[in-house]
Amino acid sequence: MSRTRRSIGLTVALAATLALAACGGDDGGATGDGTGNDCTAGKTLAEGTLTVATGNPAYEPWVVGDAPESGEGFEAAVAYAVAGALGFSDANVAWVRTGFDEAIQPGAKNFDFNLQQYSITDERKQTVSFSAPYYTSNQAVVGFADSPAVGAESVADLRGLKFGAQSGTTSLAFITDVIRPEAEPFVYDDNAAAKAALEAKQIDAIVVDLPTAFYIAAVEIEGGTVIGQFPASEGAEADQFGLLLDLDNPLVTCVDDALASLRDDGTLAAIEREWLADKTNAPVISLD
Amino acid sequence: MAPAPEARAAERRAHERRVRRRSAVVAAASTVAVLAAVVLGVPRLPRWDRVRRSFFDGERFADSLPRLLEAFWLDVRIFAWCTPVIFGLGLVVAILRNSRAPALFPARALTVAYVDVMRGVPVILWIYLVGFGVPGLGLERPWNSPLLWGSVALCLTYGAYVAEVFRAGIESIHEGQRAAARSLGLSASQTMRFVVLPQAVRRVMPPLMNDLVSLQKDVALVSLIGPIEILRQAGIDKSKFANFTPYVAAAAVFLCITIPLTRVADWLVARERRRTAGTVVR
Repeated sequence: MSRTRRSIGLTVALAATLALAACGGDDGGATGDGTGNDCTAGKTLAEGTLTVATGNPAYEPWVVGDAPESGEGFEAAVAYAVAGALGFSDANVAWVRTGFDEAIQPGAKNFDFNLQQYSITDERKQTVSFSAPYYTSNQAVVGFADSPAVGAESVADLRGLKFGAQSGTTSLAFITDVIRPEAEPFVYDDNAAAKAALEAKQIDAIVVDLPTAFYIAAVEIEGGTVIGQFPASEGAEADQFGLLLDLDNPLVTCVDDALASLRDDGTLAAIEREWLADKTNAPVISLD
Repeated sequence: MAPAPEARAAERRAHERRVRRRSAVVAAASTVAVLAAVVLGVPRLPRWDRVRRSFFDGERFADSLPRLLEAFWLDVRIFAWCTPVIFGLGLVVAILRNSRAPALFPARALTVAYVDVMRGVPVILWIYLVGFGVPGLGLERPWNSPLLWGSVALCLTYGAYVAEVFRAGIESIHEGQRAAARSLGLSASQTMRFVVLPQAVRRVMPPLMNDLVSLQKDVALVSLIGPIEILRQAGIDKSKFANFTPYVAAAAVFLCITIPLTRVADWLVARERRRTAGTVVR
């Protein structure tokens, strides 16, 4: 008797929740129960769940405290916003970790999309698929306050300096293609090594994307400063971050639609304002 | 009546021929089967096309190779200037460790500590410690070059390995050789220089070549502190194209060096065996 009543009560509560969720979901969700919309149906790794990958570890300001589940940090917030626009509730977002190489290996992927500041390039598109960009980054110069790069007004002032960059980043290509210094740049696996090289005066400055620059200058490289940023360039040199998906994954169109709606309604800009430092806080170094 | 011995021998030979022929057929058949399975079977696997594009993309290979060869020149240079230093250092340490003068006890103790510590700690740590640590003490350019101090780290670690090889060689020379040399009036140092070392060094040439082959690969670790050598360049290209083919190209370059080096080592071993065997027969 009492057992039956409780079951009925539960069912009613559940139905109410579902109804509420259905009403609240104005994103064209098929069911509105937080397990995806019409577009994503049958396209995710696990039905009803969006599996998102990030770096191992994930760095600030992209993910705060290496805990993407919190939704704190620019990319964590973008991931949940995209998930929401795709009709997934926060509870139906699962996180996995991959290194860069794991994401581009030819085997089956263990994520629906992967975000860890992957720059969209035509070369990479032959192996993996990218969404539309969710962020356009400027390159920036980081060094100590006594670096000879301080006060540089154009790339011409930087040509005589020795630069460092992180392996596999577009910053390295930016050094060799745009700054074109006289000395070959040095390349490091991580910021710890780059910092040691700065301290040993083996390099004068490192080049990283601007949000990372603000973070490492404030936190990782004691006494470091963002010496300058380069204006966002157009075309081939633009450094746009995209969500990485398995090659020809049909989910790409859904994700692109989601990103477009987030861009149009100002959500992306709001997330950027919340988690990334104001771009205007660093002096601009002209590309002439 | 048993068959005549000749008939038995002929029968045995015929049997052995049959067994040999059957072995040859089985070996050939299994080789063909394995090859066929690999050549015909692997491409039929569902994602072979993706794997092929990721690892064996001819266009990427050709595109990366010139850059890789240019970067490999740095490996060659590091290897070239480290090798003589390593051999010199290893020899000095080995001789000191084998010295018998009581006054040299501190030197002996030092060499034991040096070899133990250097060999017991991963090369990577020495590269970081010497490559970043020493220049960090306040050296100015060009004396703080990671190339210089990375090479020093390699020399120090490999010096310890090579010292142990030399020591084994020196200790393998029979005590009678020293006794004979000393009885001829040679001093201790002359005995070492003219009698022990020439034999010892020749004897340990093969293991020394092994150390060279492994040094050739560890040179790549210098890239951890900045310089772009072949494996780093391959990594850069891999990230740029999201394709692992540059590593395959780098491996091909490495093989072009290590395989001949290994053959030279084999040849040295064979020559040493012929030489020592010769003395016995004569």
